[in-house]
Amino acid sequence: MGADAAIGQIKDAKKRYAAGVLKYAQMGYWDGDYQPKDTDVLGLFRITPQDGVDPVEAAAAVAGESSTATWTVVWTDRLTAADMYRAKAYKVEPVPGQPGQYFCWVAYDLDLFEEGSIANLTASIIGNVFSFKPLKACRLEDMRLPVAYVKTFRGPPTGIVVERERLDKFGRPLLGATTKPKLGLSGKNYGRVVYEGLKGGLDFVKDDENINSQPFMHWRDRFLYCMEAVNKAQAETGEVKGHYLNITAGTMEEMYRRAEFAKDLGSVVVMVDLIVGWTAIQSISNWCRENDMLLHMHRAGHGTYTRQKGHGISFRVIAKWLRLAGVDHLHTGTAVGKLEGDPMTVQGYYNVCRETVTKTDYTRGIFFDQDWAGLRKVMPVASGGIHAGQMHQLIDLFGEDVVLQFGGGTIGHPDGIQAGAIANRVALETMILARNEGRDIKNEGPEILIEAAKWCSPLRAALDTWGEVTFNYASTDTSDFVPTASVA
Amino acid sequence: MRITQGTFSFLPDLTPAQVRAQVQYCLDQGWAVSVEHTDDPHPRNTYWEMWGPPMFDLRDAAGVVGEIDGCRNTFPTRYVRVNAFDSTRGWETVRLSFIVQRPPVEDGFRLERTEGPGRTQRYAMQHRQYSAG
Repeated sequence: MGADAAIGQIKDAKKRYAAGVLKYAQMGYWDGDYQPKDTDVLGLFRITPQDGVDPVEAAAAVAGESSTATWTVVWTDRLTAADMYRAKAYKVEPVPGQPGQYFCWVAYDLDLFEEGSIANLTASIIGNVFSFKPLKACRLEDMRLPVAYVKTFRGPPTGIVVERERLDKFGRPLLGATTKPKLGLSGKNYGRVVYEGLKGGLDFVKDDENINSQPFMHWRDRFLYCMEAVNKAQAETGEVKGHYLNITAGTMEEMYRRAEFAKDLGSVVVMVDLIVGWTAIQSISNWCRENDMLLHMHRAGHGTYTRQKGHGISFRVIAKWLRLAGVDHLHTGTAVGKLEGDPMTVQGYYNVCRETVTKTDYTRGIFFDQDWAGLRKVMPVASGGIHAGQMHQLIDLFGEDVVLQFGGGTIGHPDGIQAGAIANRVALETMILARNEGRDIKNEGPEILIEAAKWCSPLRAALDTWGEVTFNYASTDTSDFVPTASVA
Repeated sequence: MRITQGTFSFLPDLTPAQVRAQVQYCLDQGWAVSVEHTDDPHPRNTYWEMWGPPMFDLRDAAGVVGEIDGCRNTFPTRYVRVNAFDSTRGWETVRLSFIVQRPPVEDGFRLERTEGPGRTQRYAMQHRQYSAG
């Protein structure tokens, strides 16, 4: 979409810097001819301008408010290399099939950002602009982080490759479960669930996002009983096991205290929730790197700003920031389970976590090529309302570098927790074996599971209990470039 | 007890045809396959003995199966596993690893506990055969 020539940048410096109010495009925040540099940070926003607001001026305002602008001309701009520091909106296009919405591309010079600080990056990119009155709504859809900037971040402390080597687990998804009920169990009872799950065949059991240190179970009690369960299960199976000990706490000091205790007890993994904030995430990531600890990230709270297409931040952007900030596991959705997730959009998040270079793919919501500059890979986690009967769909959608977490689908098994874990592990290994043999698991999956259930009664019981359960609702967060249906 | 290391330990022991199919899958991915054996399946025993180096230039599963059989025949009471290495940038690690032979009786482990400060325990896994007496 071409800019209205009348609102292009005013070149005459005297007029440009005369006291008063100008349009953002006149101030220089729109440049339809701008060629982004390899070192620029690029942002793609979905904007809904107020009635009567020109989309190009709205895009310029986004660039302005997320970089150097204020509402009026200030002469102090002239003390700086203002032309460089101004972000430039350089392209605006209507969103297909969404009247009143526009995609706008904005380029930011690298010097606008402090190295290695997600807090600084986000203070600009999502700072003021989302409350800006001339926009009804605004959503950050995607970002391109230049290699020069990526290299200022340490990224995942462990990453997929080292995690697999450390755990001695290759060639298949990892298997987990979240302890249920998530609130109310005593430490001793909680550890029982952990032990049964791990002995049955899980690789990991997980604290839920809101299990911290409550009256019914203080954190030290939980850590001690969970590590007894982990060690006992390791001896019973000869296999490395883990429990994500949630160290989320009210202060950084307390998080470090809990992390140190987890390390002293020999845990391979600790966990924090997204709601601890970017600075806390980067700090605990550094601690994990120093202490050979996997860092599991539960994305608690993200649905408040990622789910609705009109306003907020796409989860693909959150995933990119978290890969920079440095987490090893990240909950990225199931597509087939109980929580929001259009299959192709969710695949886009997985690609962001796992690829060496993420290529532009509009159908999966990826608007830019992203070179990860050797940054380690994040292991995605699929969790929430999934069961053994969906194993073929999960492996078909997400491949093998993923943690599949069946909480209710393990603990709710009619024959007990160990049986639930066995059912899931057998379903998983059976499906990987079949896939590697060249079978079409997407279509033959149910049949493959039924064959295995002939010799594995826990799997038979799982299929009988949940085989027909689906969560087939329309997704709210979908690509506007393809009509997508929900799974199943 | 049945040690559950490796990709397919929850399935019935793989048949020769199943082993061959997995090996062929690895070769088709361009991975180099190797064979290793041990009498010490402790999960932190990372370095099992190598039955030769990874077979980098082998493209036919039959050759790998011959090496697997050679290892099994030489060490009929040891654990034998097949690994596949991927040299692609960003991986450069094992991509598949599965057990193809187990001892007739698997001894398993016993968990030893030592009291630590507070209520902590120091844990160590001992082979049952050593601690059984």
